[in-house]
Amino acid sequence: MPLYEHVFLARQDLSQAQVDALAASATEIVEQNEGKVTKTETWGLKNLAYKIDRNRKAHFVLLNIEAPGSVVEELERQNRINEDIIRYLTVRVEEHEAGPSVMMRKNDRDRKRRGGEG
Amino acid sequence: MARPFFRRRKTCPFSAKNAPAIDYKDVRLLQGFMSERGKIVPSRITAVSAKKQRELSQAIKRARQIGLLPFIVK
Repeated sequence: MPLYEHVFLARQDLSQAQVDALAASATEIVEQNEGKVTKTETWGLKNLAYKIDRNRKAHFVLLNIEAPGSVVEELERQNRINEDIIRYLTVRVEEHEAGPSVMMRKNDRDRKRRGGEG
Repeated sequence: MARPFFRRRKTCPFSAKNAPAIDYKDVRLLQGFMSERGKIVPSRITAVSAKKQRELSQAIKRARQIGLLPFIVK
């Protein structure tokens, strides 16, 4: 089955619990259609480079998905309906990277650097 | 022999050994290949190979789509 990376952005005024609920519902959609979610990463509330639907910030969530293409179609359809999701991106990849993605690693690196300087 | 205007050709930063992988999530890496205005820097300046430049521009465009990188900086 093909592998996908799915990133979606949730509105800034949602709580972390609501964002987790969105991620859970996305996972459910995938699993109902005989797919698997191999990894879920929440990057937290991040600043956007430009305003999207009057949002200056957004909650980022990354899902690594292993599922047939029809699942992606369904997932994106649901995302379009859901007003809490302001943007999404699904990319097909040859293989999922093992371990945390750059986003998570960068946070560690930043923290270390700040610690070193201070 | 002295060659006054000779400058060694820079090599592609993504083709070297243990070069970084081009990934739309790696904002800091991609930003190094954008101008201050947010435009993609041509490969004749950054010396990225044609193949890697295509991957790079794809990655930058994806990052722009999800609001990680700006389309323009005013």
